[in-house]
Amino acid sequence: MTSVAEIKADAENSRRWGWWYVAELRLREMRGYVSYVVTSSFGNPLMYLLALGVGLAHLIPAGIDGVPFLVFVAPALLMSTILSIGAEEGMYPVLGGFKWHKIFFAIHATPITPGQIVGGFLVHLTIRFTFTAGVFFGFLVAFGAVPLATGWLMIPIAILGAFAILTPLASYSAGIDDDRGQFALIQRFVVMPMFLFSGTFFPLSQVPDWLEWVGWVSPLWHATQLGRTVSYGLNEPLWLTVTHGGVLAAYAIIGAYLMHRAFVKRLTR
Amino acid sequence: MSFSSRLRNVAMTIGFFAVEHPSLLDYVFVSEPVIRAKNIVKKYDEFVAVDGISFEVQRGESFGLLGPNGAGKSTTMKMIAAVSTRTSGSLEVLGMDPNTDGPAIRSQLGVVPQEDNLDQELRVRENLLTYGRFFGMSRAEVATRADELLEFAQLTDRANSKVEPLSGGMKRRLTIARSLMNDPQMLLLDEPTTGLDPQARHILWDRLFRLKERGTTLVLTTHYMDEAEQLSDRIVVVDKGAIMAEGSPAQLIRQYSSREVLEVRYGSDKNASVAKKIADIGERQEILPDRILIYSDNGERDLAEITKRGHHPTTSLVRRSSLEDVFLRLTGRSLVE
Ligand SMILES: Nc1ncnc2c1ncn2[C@@H]1O[C@H](COP(=O)(O)OP(=O)(O)OP(=O)(O)O)[C@@H](O)[C@H]1O
Ligand SMILES: [Mg+2]
Repeated sequence: MTSVAEIKADAENSRRWGWWYVAELRLREMRGYVSYVVTSSFGNPLMYLLALGVGLAHLIPAGIDGVPFLVFVAPALLMSTILSIGAEEGMYPVLGGFKWHKIFFAIHATPITPGQIVGGFLVHLTIRFTFTAGVFFGFLVAFGAVPLATGWLMIPIAILGAFAILTPLASYSAGIDDDRGQFALIQRFVVMPMFLFSGTFFPLSQVPDWLEWVGWVSPLWHATQLGRTVSYGLNEPLWLTVTHGGVLAAYAIIGAYLMHRAFVKRLTR
Repeated sequence: MSFSSRLRNVAMTIGFFAVEHPSLLDYVFVSEPVIRAKNIVKKYDEFVAVDGISFEVQRGESFGLLGPNGAGKSTTMKMIAAVSTRTSGSLEVLGMDPNTDGPAIRSQLGVVPQEDNLDQELRVRENLLTYGRFFGMSRAEVATRADELLEFAQLTDRANSKVEPLSGGMKRRLTIARSLMNDPQMLLLDEPTTGLDPQARHILWDRLFRLKERGTTLVLTTHYMDEAEQLSDRIVVVDKGAIMAEGSPAQLIRQYSSREVLEVRYGSDKNASVAKKIADIGERQEILPDRILIYSDNGERDLAEITKRGHHPTTSLVRRSSLEDVFLRLTGRSLVE
């Protein structure tokens, strides 16, 4: 007969590595849609670069911000791609895990804690974002849009940006009982405007003043500006650069806290 | 015959003897509750789903919660499984408190939830592999265990199939196999056979019976009285979040019903009027919309008496009392609506 102390000692292994077992599960699940991930990781940058970078660049021969348009827009393309995947992953995959296939409940029936489920979820996405952002970055370098030496820093920035948008959304998604089209609304009235008015394809200063605040609250603007700083050395006061990083980190950290709280609530209710 | 298997035989003989003589059970095996629930309450906001229930489950016992829809069975199971925080009362599972020692408790349990939550993105065998990992088992361990359990669940030939096309019975067996990956001390089964056809149910019952024989503690909920009778040593009847009665199926029937039940039908418009005229027959009667139930220890004798008085029923049936009758007596409602 096992004593209470022995049981607790036994559970130690999953206590230490639980987050990794969850990530492992999600990587294995990915095998079902890995071809989609790979094709889109290669297809997206190619499409963007040809259409916007190369095509549109001809219309703006003077460039923007003292650099060719392709160089100006490259960090924005990478950031908007990774951040929009972040937004997607914070919605249906989270609700689905509670509501449709209920996989989070299945995992929680084992020694795994809600915190480890959140941890594994984020670790898996870090791996996925690193891959997709890495491929994108490769294309940018190949097209001469980004210098290799400092430009690679855009990859961690993109991941931070993706979490800045993902974790707050996930904390909301984890609390939804019925899917009544909330995600379509969020997509249309939160995510889209963020992408349109975040100084992505033109500087934020070109956006009408009364809309500039959208950029300021948008993780995409902060991520893009940071990306431009490490790519071509955007001319910006230091305090602003620090603010970009601070805002992204604040979103991601507060978001992760709220996400954890929402998962605990849903899993133990 | 090896020493250990001889020892097992001796132990089994003692075990069977003890079961045959319940008063000795406590003497031979020092009773050791694996669940101790005292006055547990679960509220969802203001709604009281479980309203102060108390019970104990001994190691190796097979314990059933029987009750209609919404009785609070699943809610009780979730509190035991350390996945739902109770509102009040005290609960001990394997000597620990689910509210504070959830992971340690869950490491010793096997859980079969009411609704299958298998991973549709994975193959059958992969479902077992990944689940075993959550208990900290090594890759080699989960592989061996998964193959054993596929065999046990008669799913070996479907090992690499997707989950979606499996029949309801197969999915249920896979869920049970999954719950056994960690070789649990106690198995929690929430309506293990609801929605399955009779053949699939019997296969499942057979598998659960084997586990019971091996000494796994079983806690199950059901709203099928035959399932409760088949699988449980002891039952609590739950309704509206409270326990109405407790005992072995035979004890409950003895206590709350008669030996036999006579069912007579006169057509729905006449049942009530005939019932008035034969009200003195039997120990007790239940007048249902479609039939009259007469409880006594001799149904044939009562039927003869009714016929003698000239009330020939359109159909009649004498049967033994079942848990359904116990439930009807306790709650005034039938178990399956
Ligand atoms: N998450 C929840 N939020 C609010 N109410 C709930 C929740 N879960 C269960 N309930 C309510 O609690 C009551 C008991 O539910 P429970 O699922 O425990 O019943 P049950 O005995 O398992 O019924 P069934 O046979 O239908 O499975 C029901 O009235 C149900 O609607
Ligand atoms: Mg239920």
